[in-house]
Amino acid sequence: MSAFLKLAGIEKRFGGFTALKGVDLEIEKGEFVCFLGPSGCGKTTLLRIIAGLETQSAGTLHQGGRDISRLPPAGRDYGIVFQSYALFPNLSVADNVAYGLVNRKMPKAQVRERVAELVKLVGLPGSEGKFPAQLSGGQQQRIALARALATSPGLLLLDEPLSALDAIVRVHLRQEIRSLQRKLGVTTVMVTHDQEEALSVADRIVVMNHGAIEQVGTPMQVYRDPATPFVADFVGRINVLPALLEIGGRVRIGATSFDCPHGRAAGSAAKIYLRPEDVLARPILPGDANVFDAQIEKIEFLGSYCLVRASSPALGEHRLTVYLSLNFLAEQQLEVGGRLPLKLLPDRMRVFDE
Amino acid sequence: MTSLAQGRHLALRATASDRIAHVALAFVGLVLLAFLAGPLMAILQQAVQDRDGHFVALANFISYARTPALLQSLWNSLWVSAVVTIVAVPAAFVFAYALTRSRMRLKPLFRGITLIPLLAPSLLPAISLIYWFGNQGALKGHFGLDQIYGAPGIVIAEIFAVFPHALMILITALATADARLYEAADAMGTRASRKFFTITLPGAKYGLISAALVVFTLVVTDFGIPKVIGGNVNVLATDVFKLVIGQQDFQRGAVVALLLLAPALLTFAVDRLISAKQTAGISARAVPYRPKHVRWFDTLMTAYCTLVALLVLAMLGMAVFASFASFWPYNLTPSLRHYAMGLFDAEVGEGFVNSLRMAAGTAVFGTALVFVGAYLLEKTQGAGPLRGGVRLLAMLPMAVPGLVLGLGTIFFFNAPSNPLNGLYHTMALLTLCTIVHFYTTGHLTAVTALKSLDAEFEAVSASLKVPFYKTFWRVTLPICTPALIDIARYFFVNAMTTISAVVFLYSPDTKVASIAILNLDEAGETGAAAAMAILIAAASAVATLLFWMLSLWTLRRTQAWRQE
Repeated sequence: MSAFLKLAGIEKRFGGFTALKGVDLEIEKGEFVCFLGPSGCGKTTLLRIIAGLETQSAGTLHQGGRDISRLPPAGRDYGIVFQSYALFPNLSVADNVAYGLVNRKMPKAQVRERVAELVKLVGLPGSEGKFPAQLSGGQQQRIALARALATSPGLLLLDEPLSALDAIVRVHLRQEIRSLQRKLGVTTVMVTHDQEEALSVADRIVVMNHGAIEQVGTPMQVYRDPATPFVADFVGRINVLPALLEIGGRVRIGATSFDCPHGRAAGSAAKIYLRPEDVLARPILPGDANVFDAQIEKIEFLGSYCLVRASSPALGEHRLTVYLSLNFLAEQQLEVGGRLPLKLLPDRMRVFDE
Repeated sequence: MTSLAQGRHLALRATASDRIAHVALAFVGLVLLAFLAGPLMAILQQAVQDRDGHFVALANFISYARTPALLQSLWNSLWVSAVVTIVAVPAAFVFAYALTRSRMRLKPLFRGITLIPLLAPSLLPAISLIYWFGNQGALKGHFGLDQIYGAPGIVIAEIFAVFPHALMILITALATADARLYEAADAMGTRASRKFFTITLPGAKYGLISAALVVFTLVVTDFGIPKVIGGNVNVLATDVFKLVIGQQDFQRGAVVALLLLAPALLTFAVDRLISAKQTAGISARAVPYRPKHVRWFDTLMTAYCTLVALLVLAMLGMAVFASFASFWPYNLTPSLRHYAMGLFDAEVGEGFVNSLRMAAGTAVFGTALVFVGAYLLEKTQGAGPLRGGVRLLAMLPMAVPGLVLGLGTIFFFNAPSNPLNGLYHTMALLTLCTIVHFYTTGHLTAVTALKSLDAEFEAVSASLKVPFYKTFWRVTLPICTPALIDIARYFFVNAMTTISAVVFLYSPDTKVASIAILNLDEAGETGAAAAMAILIAAASAVATLLFWMLSLWTLRRTQAWRQE
């Protein structure tokens, strides 16, 4: 069975600037896909091309087996939610939600029923008579979602829908969007620059940079097995250590040789990517590999855990960042200048070419 | 496949509603082509042809340059405009500064009084000056003004006439101050004068340049004031009239019209340039500036504003007083003689009805055309070249003086070969010419209102498969009602008071009141002319009041969704 949404060779040029460089992507029916990337990476442009709000310079789009490459927005089948909500301010919540239904010559009673059902679905039953300005940002975005879903579109497009909201509302609403999407089974594409948001809601994440896809994968794949240094860097925090590849699945970082199965030719320079949580802090046991003594240089308090920066003669001039819980720091009586034994997890070390 | 697509421009298939939008946009473009581009081309054509329609290149320009009298007018126009600009802009700046940066009392009153002249034809100050300082003037010979006819009269009357225009621009420029800059300066212990020269003045720089350019252009192209009080002093605007109407010398008339177009085009270009810069000047995060109480400063500003307001009232008051005086200066008992004379004997009554009809037509059709045009430009897609053309044509009227537009319009529509020749001398042509004359300000108001709407309304509608015109009707239009009323009011008042664009276009049947004033003045009936000017001002004031009430009413009726 072929994919529900299929993008092939999508390019977009604005004058001399190339916003998208030949994007290929397949999205299955019922999937929740996030486009993730820094601003200017082309993720919003790609979404707008799917919506027909921008026209690709080259490439084709198929949705449900139908070629939609040259269809205007009204000829495609999707609902869309924007960061700005874009609710019609002079229409009541009910009129906003019913906006697309009324045009389909649906009988009035049926429209009212559908509106009631939708506002209930997004958790705002009874708000039909209110105007958008009487609602909070989060509530307005729920109504925008209800409006987009009212006509039961085959595809839901979300353009940074949570970016304009407070942190707490944002976390809450993203879970609701996720469970709603599960319930309705609607294929969903969400654009976001917030990696935490993408990791928490997506079935698959499309990481983009400079108009090209860097990696497509599940949140776990993207986080644990970043395909490129960019993905490793962009998603989550990571230590980058210059190293020299040695034979026998070992690498030399600074003055020390570590276990690191890399499967590459020895002798060349590389970079080792290692997440802070993959550096263990614990007393050294006899026979332990990849362990060394470090010294605490700086402790950055971040609430429930701390970012600890450590240096070690074993690493030469390189520094390591480690996550340690507040309790652990207290228990071990660790402070700046103190000794900290560390272990690098060999199978968590990612090797990229220099 | 990619390489194949490289060459051609990929476009989405146009829907039926896209085509409706394109046809509507093309219609707006055609109107502007016929009533703006056509007339301008006609002037250009006249300027390079002889009487028999042969191409003569620059011969008309050379003949113009060899006529000393005409060159004298050019010089007069330039120095008079320069003097007015040098006086009026600083005077208006201080006034605007008092209104925006002091805590003096009665600000709305001061502002209101100085804006009243906008309601009357621009020649009202000239008529008033004649009563103050003319041959039989109340203060003849005082203040060193023994001869008001000529340059002194033009300069003083123009200062009154352009003051409110400069004031409005400068108020806008000074109103958008960022309090944080002043707080930062205070925190560093900056002196008041230094704050003024390093923060206030640079912040208002574009406003000042814009005000100076607008004032200069208004004076160069004004026709009414020099006609009434200019005496033997000729300027470009009166030359055009004399050449075309008096001597039927269309060719050299066209040459002078092109000279009038030059400063206006320059103003337009500079204004575009600086307004593009200005938008970047103030950030959305700016904190509005709130002036503090400074007793001596507020007193000084109150004194200044009182003086200016009194001068404006003296100007207006004299016109009102004289219009009611039975027989100036011998019998000053109030009577309605001049009103009766003007309205009935000189048949201005008919002209007044014509004025109201034209103003109403301009307000209704002008607002519709401007708003639909602005909407199509801002909110619909596709048809790129057409879009660019209409955008340019919508901005161009600002650069075309009324006199030039009016002259071009007769050249263009008088031509027997023009299929629209039937419009010549009709009310419809007067109305359309006036709409085009004031198009740009209305257009900019509409664009500002439309830009404040969420840019994604149309995208949402399309995703819900609702055609754009339904969203226009259900959402855009209701939200923009206040702006629509504002545009209609602007059209109405300007159509009531305009002289320059229509002075060439009227026929005995379609004479409007503002033109009738000129004719009364020329016939020596200054009292009746004053009376009619006052009547126009009164009608404009009543209309403004009605528009204001209408906007209050609609605000209450249709804008319930607006939250404080």
